[in-house]
Amino acid sequence: MSLTERWLSGKRVALFLLLMPLLLYLFFLILLPHLEILNISLRERVSYGVYEFSLGNYQAFFTEPLYWRTFLRTAVMSVLTTAITLVVAFPIAWYIAKVAQGKSRSVLFLACLIPFWVSELVRTYGWMILLRETGVISSLLQTLGLVDGPVEMLYNDVTVMVGLVYTSMLFMVVPLVSTLDGLDDSLVEAAYDLGGNGWHALKEVVIPYAMPGIVSGCIVVFMLTLGNYLTPTLLGGKDSLWFTEQIFTQFITRFNWEQGSAFGILLLVLSSLMVWLGLKLSRQSFTEAMGR
Amino acid sequence: MKITKVIATAAVCSGVAFSASAQAQELRLLTWGGYAPQPVIDLFEKETGIKVKVTLSNNEDMISKLRATRGAGFDLAQPSQDRVASAQQEFRIYKPVDMSKIDKSLYIQSMLKSTQDSTSVNGKTFGVPHVWGTSGLIVNTASGKSAYSFADLCSEDYKGKVSYRLKRPTLIAFAFDMGEDPFAAYDDPVKYEKILSKVEDRLVSCKGNVKAYWSGGDALINLLRSGEVTLAMGWDAGGWKLNKENKDINYVAPQSGALGWVDTFVLPAKGKNDEAAYQWINFVNRPEIAALITSSAGQFTASAGAAAFVEEGLSNSYKASFDQAALDNIKWYPPVPAGLETLEGKVLDRIKAAQ
Repeated sequence: MSLTERWLSGKRVALFLLLMPLLLYLFFLILLPHLEILNISLRERVSYGVYEFSLGNYQAFFTEPLYWRTFLRTAVMSVLTTAITLVVAFPIAWYIAKVAQGKSRSVLFLACLIPFWVSELVRTYGWMILLRETGVISSLLQTLGLVDGPVEMLYNDVTVMVGLVYTSMLFMVVPLVSTLDGLDDSLVEAAYDLGGNGWHALKEVVIPYAMPGIVSGCIVVFMLTLGNYLTPTLLGGKDSLWFTEQIFTQFITRFNWEQGSAFGILLLVLSSLMVWLGLKLSRQSFTEAMGR
Repeated sequence: MKITKVIATAAVCSGVAFSASAQAQELRLLTWGGYAPQPVIDLFEKETGIKVKVTLSNNEDMISKLRATRGAGFDLAQPSQDRVASAQQEFRIYKPVDMSKIDKSLYIQSMLKSTQDSTSVNGKTFGVPHVWGTSGLIVNTASGKSAYSFADLCSEDYKGKVSYRLKRPTLIAFAFDMGEDPFAAYDDPVKYEKILSKVEDRLVSCKGNVKAYWSGGDALINLLRSGEVTLAMGWDAGGWKLNKENKDINYVAPQSGALGWVDTFVLPAKGKNDEAAYQWINFVNRPEIAALITSSAGQFTASAGAAAFVEEGLSNSYKASFDQAALDNIKWYPPVPAGLETLEGKVLDRIKAAQ
C-alpha cells in the first residue's frame, strides 16, 4: 500500500466516523420505526395474539369511502392553507426583506417569531377563548350592538383554516425573507426602467427570483398542515375530519395498530407524491428548493 | 491482606446500604384524575416511606401505554373492569392479583366478587374494584322537566345545546333507550351489529343537535358552566361538581337506567414493586382514606365503611340523583369481548363523518 492510498483510506475512515452519529440517527430513529410500521401494517389480527399477513388494512382505506374522503379533504384543505399562507406571508416577507431598515427589521422578524414561544396547544386554546360562543369576540360584538345573540365562531372549517394559517405563518415567512434578501434592488429598478409597471416587476422579476423560497416554504407548510393534529381537532369540533386524527384514533382508542400503521404509511406515500407533483408543476428541483 | 478484605467488605456493605436508602421505594401509578389526591399520597408516604408517582390517563390510553411496553413502566394501573379481561387475553399486559395479599374485609363484598368474576382469565383474577360511578345525563333543570331519557339528547327542545362523547358508552346508552339490550348481544356479533346500525341512524339523524363532542371531563364542565350546553351525557361526578356551584344543574339517572362502571386495580405484567402496589390498594380502601378520594374524585369507592366519612353536600347530591329504583336500574357493564370495539369504531367513525 502506497502512502497516498493509506492516507486516503485513513481519511475515509475519519469521514465515516464523523458521519456515524447521523447514520445511526437515520437508521435507528427514522428507518427502523418506519420498517416496523410497514411490517405491522401488513398483518391482520386473526385471534387473541395471532396475526397473519394481509393487505386488508390497505384495502380498507380504498374501499371504505370515509377514509379516503377524509384523506382527500385533509389534502385539499392543506393545499388551500398553503396557498392562503403564501398570499398572506409574501407581502410581510417583502416588507421585512426590502422595505424595513435596521432595527424595525429585526423587531418585525421577532414579532413573527414570538407567538411560537408558547406551545401550539396554548395558542389553539387562545383561539378557542376568543371565538367560542361565550368568548371575547362574541361578547364584544354583543356589547357593540352589532349582533342580537351570542355568535358561535368555533367548530367550522373557516376557523380551522384560520388556525392553520396562523400556525404555519412563520415557516413561510422565513424562507421567503431569506431568498428575497438576495434579490438585487437594481433588478426591480431595471424592470421599471424598461417600461414595466409594478405587476410586471412582480411577475417577471420578483416571483421567478423568489421561486425556490416559495417552493421550500410551500413544502414545509403543506407537510406541517397535513400532519397537524391539535388545530383541526380542537377548532374543528364535531365535524373536524383530519387524517392524522384517524391515525390517532386507530392507534389509541381502537387498539387497531395494524390499521393505524397502514394509514401512516399511506399518509407518507401520498403526501410525498403530492410534493413531487407540486415540484414537477412548478418545474423546481427538490435539492434546489431545500438548498436555499 | 485480611485488612484489605475487611475494608472491601465494609465498602461493599456501605455501598449497598447507601444505594438502598438513596433509592427510596417508588410506586408508579397509572390512574384517572382525582383518584390519587396529594393528601392521600402524603399520608401514604409518611406511613410506608414509599413515594407515589402518578400518571393521569384514561381507559384506552392505559391499555395503549401498557401494550406499547408489554406491561412495563408502571406498578399499578386502574382500567375499568369491563376492559381488563379482553386486554389481558389479547396483549398479556397484566399479572394475576394475589388475593391473599388483599384485605378483603374492607370491601363492599358484592362489588369485590363481581369484579373478580368479570376480570378473570383462565380462572385467575386480574382485578380488584376501587372507584365506581355511572354515566347518565347532566341537565340544567331550570326548564322544570322532571324525567329524562337519553332520547332527549335528540329532542328538538335542546337543538344546538347538547354534548356527549363520541365513544362506546353513548352507543350503549342509545341502544338501551331504543329498547334493545346491547349487553345481552355482546356474544352475538350479528345481532350486535344490527343494534349498532339502528343507533348509528339515530345519532346521524340528530347530529345537528350536538354543540360539540366532549373528550375530557373538564371540557364538558366548561360547556355546561358557561351555559353553552344545557343537556349532556356525562359522569355523575361532573354533575355533582356543577350542582355545588349551580343548584339548577344536576346529574340525573335516565329512565332506561344509568350505565354503571367500576374502575379497578390491576398489576401490569412487568411492574417492579408489587409489594408497594398491594400496600397502596389496602391503604386506599381504609374508610377514612376512601372518603378523601371520594371528595377529590367526586366518585364513590368500593370501600365498605367510607359512606360514614363522606361530606354531606356530596351525599345529598347523590341522593337527589338516585332513589332506590334508579339504583336498582343501573346497568353494569359486562366484560367487553375482543372484536366488538372494531365494530363500534367503524360506527363511531361514520357518525363523526356524517354531515
